[in-house]
Amino acid sequence: MDFKLKVWRQKDAKSKGHFETYEVKNISPDTSFLEMMDILNEQLIKEGIEAVALNKGCHEKKSGPVAFDHDCREGICGMCSLYINGRAHGPDDEITTCQLHMRKFKDGETITIEPWRSKGFPVVKDLVVDRGAFDKILQAGGFISVNTGAPQDANAIPIPKKAADESMDAAACVGCGACVATCKNGSAMLFVAARVSSLALLPQGKVEAAARVKSMIAKMDELGFGSCTNTRACEMECPKRVKISHIARLNREFLSAKLKD
Amino acid sequence: MAKLDSKIPEGPLAQKWTEHKAHIRVVSPANKRKLEIIVVGTGLGGASAAASLGELGYNVKIFCISDSPRRAHSIAAQGGINAAKNYQNDNDSVYRLFYDTIKGGDYRSREANVYRLAEVSNSIIDQCVAQGVPFARDYGGLLDNRSFGGAQVSRTFYARGQTGQQLLLGAYAALNRQIAKKSVTSYPRHEMVDLVMINGEAKGIIARNLVTGKLERFGAHAVVLATGGYGNTYFLSTNAMNCNGSAAWQCYKKGAFFANPCFAQIHPTCIPVHGDQQSKLTLMSESLRNDGRIWVPKKLEDVARLRKGEVKASQIAEEDRDYFLERRYPAFGNLVPRDVASRAAKERCDAGYGVNEQGLAVFLDFKTAIARLGKDVITARYGNLFQMYEKITAVNPYEEPMMIYPAIHYTMGGIWVDYNLQTTIPGLYAIGEANFSDHGGNRLGASALMQGLADGYFILPYTIGDYLAGKIQVPKTDINDPAFEEAEKAFEEKCDKVLNIKGNKSVDRFHKELGHLMWEYVGMARNEAGLKKAIEEIKALKAEFWKNVYVPGDKAEFNQELEKALRLADFFEIGELMARDALNRKESCGGHFREEMQTPEGETLRDDKNFAYVSAWEYKGENAEPELHKEDLKFEFVKLATRNYKD
Repeated sequence: MDFKLKVWRQKDAKSKGHFETYEVKNISPDTSFLEMMDILNEQLIKEGIEAVALNKGCHEKKSGPVAFDHDCREGICGMCSLYINGRAHGPDDEITTCQLHMRKFKDGETITIEPWRSKGFPVVKDLVVDRGAFDKILQAGGFISVNTGAPQDANAIPIPKKAADESMDAAACVGCGACVATCKNGSAMLFVAARVSSLALLPQGKVEAAARVKSMIAKMDELGFGSCTNTRACEMECPKRVKISHIARLNREFLSAKLKD
Repeated sequence: MAKLDSKIPEGPLAQKWTEHKAHIRVVSPANKRKLEIIVVGTGLGGASAAASLGELGYNVKIFCISDSPRRAHSIAAQGGINAAKNYQNDNDSVYRLFYDTIKGGDYRSREANVYRLAEVSNSIIDQCVAQGVPFARDYGGLLDNRSFGGAQVSRTFYARGQTGQQLLLGAYAALNRQIAKKSVTSYPRHEMVDLVMINGEAKGIIARNLVTGKLERFGAHAVVLATGGYGNTYFLSTNAMNCNGSAAWQCYKKGAFFANPCFAQIHPTCIPVHGDQQSKLTLMSESLRNDGRIWVPKKLEDVARLRKGEVKASQIAEEDRDYFLERRYPAFGNLVPRDVASRAAKERCDAGYGVNEQGLAVFLDFKTAIARLGKDVITARYGNLFQMYEKITAVNPYEEPMMIYPAIHYTMGGIWVDYNLQTTIPGLYAIGEANFSDHGGNRLGASALMQGLADGYFILPYTIGDYLAGKIQVPKTDINDPAFEEAEKAFEEKCDKVLNIKGNKSVDRFHKELGHLMWEYVGMARNEAGLKKAIEEIKALKAEFWKNVYVPGDKAEFNQELEKALRLADFFEIGELMARDALNRKESCGGHFREEMQTPEGETLRDDKNFAYVSAWEYKGENAEPELHKEDLKFEFVKLATRNYKD
């Protein structure tokens, strides 16, 4: 398969970015999207090599291979991002970009590739963004305050299967940021809700539930993420299908915490 | 030989750790505040260690190459974590977990370390539940278990097919709590590029800020390496793309011995390679072997029809299927250890029974399980894995069997450590996959998570205190010491050298070539001639790399090609040492299969008389051969036996 790629290039956080267009040819439909990006980069490196061979030195002027974040390539680390043809993680459901395959595109198609665009995630280079804000939100309370030591036996508190399963549904969040990138308000509510809800569903997480939800929400607001207006776009694009019912639980937790103040 | 003191405590096996803990020194809270510890890596080992050390009151700095500690590759572990809880009342015990691990490792690990691992395994589960890890539960609200390879009990705890993720999020949450308390400082997108030693002790690191490309100096009283394994030497592996052996390799070059480098694990159930444009292999969890049955056709004509697409796997009659693991190993069946299952699949494919176009795949079939349990139960157990498989291959595994083939997955070898997890460099510790200590020649499934967390939560926080108790009078490390200057300069020169070559071959092309050599000669089956050839060819490839690689861009910027090039430069050397170690070990054990050493049935043939030792290699300089040191393995409590998974 052949594709025309319109790729966002940006030297660093301070520079202004722009689109550049490239062509890739003979791509197998079984190739993953990120492998296609590897192929593009191999091609761009080859152009650099040829430029050096011709002694033009212009490889330095060209932007070189495209920087993009990726790591596990099995949809679990949450490192890959990419806004592809206007959709976070591209044109398929319940996947991260590394799980997207070229068979999902039409031969000859033009594909537009952008970084996550959100106030909360400044661009580092090309398609790489800084999602450090997510770490900061979790540091504000996304934990259960228990030291390493000798907690009681793991089976001491039975947890209803339904609660454990629901907690797991929320805990499946990979922290990729697709929810923020997709939200017209740049809200991080689904991300925050996933953590709050996952812990609030478990007896061991209930102890600090009120303090947790207030602290995490305050941090989210402080870091410049927008508010939730229930468009459900986040849920649609979440690679792990974390549901907005967790946002509802977050709101309940938040309200009841505030009422207790 | 004096150089290798394993410091295994005296006394009965079950008392060693308790006795040892009772006698090692501790540091008072007032003094802990004065002491600094660097932890490199934020996977299960690094995150749990840093969090626990922070809780104790030490000043901790933590480094990771990703944008967040949560991305570490521990996150990708799917199936589960072992513990000897005996919740299923199937007669499990600490001793049984210990024994299974020693046996699974083909008797090439230390009894004392493995026993300790089994001993602390139960505390890990308690700790994780307290942190809010949503393990699978049954309808009574109690924890559920499943079985993994090499065990006849159900001792594996799991959170769907995302156990590694959930455990890492638990450790990461504990870490976040300490970061908020400022006992831990986090440095994401920072890569350790060298270890700094002063007067023979580990005193700090040089880290490259991957965003700006600038070098930064960090001093400490001790350094903990939790940087994982070196499986990416093979280019194609189940490891994440950024996993690398470079931090460990710099420590090796500074004097830390590297142990059992040839012990690499090949995982039987990975999605087969589809072509040469591939960058990464995907694992399908071992837990699938609880319910999946592995087979190839009995008749070669069926194989030919399958390859041509004339017939579907589901159309091949039951009597024409060869469930080769069940046939060869009736007692363990599809749940034999990974090395055994991998070799059995290779044997069938070598004999011409491989079921995909390339002839390098076997089936993993759920037909029987779906008929027995219903589709819903299978979905509840493996839904996300089935979905992942379908996304990648466009085949629905509920209807047609999965195709799988072995791939490089984990490295049992690593930096040599003593019982305290200290390397041969005073003040340098190695934990998790980065060390060599617990898995011998083959790691059992669901034991990597166990080891990472055991080291980080329950072992290192105690043993490092024994060392640091002697350092309470030592002031903070001065980062203006000439040792920092030298390390920084050496690294700058290496960067300049690789950037200035401006040759005509990309980093990935070199890496693919190295991968081919490794897989061909240092892969699932090895022999003397092949290993000798590998050593020469790797050397030649490395020499070509340093003449002809092309790395675009600059060192003082975000430059992913430069990162890859520097890591690859080390992979050549790691690969060579792996081949050298494999050549030295003239026996077959665990994942290391020397073709010269096999039984008439094609099983591994150990040589306990000559090779019941840990090979620990000492770096001797750029062009010198490394020196081999041997740590004899003494088996006081188990009897060395041939592994038998048949009856």
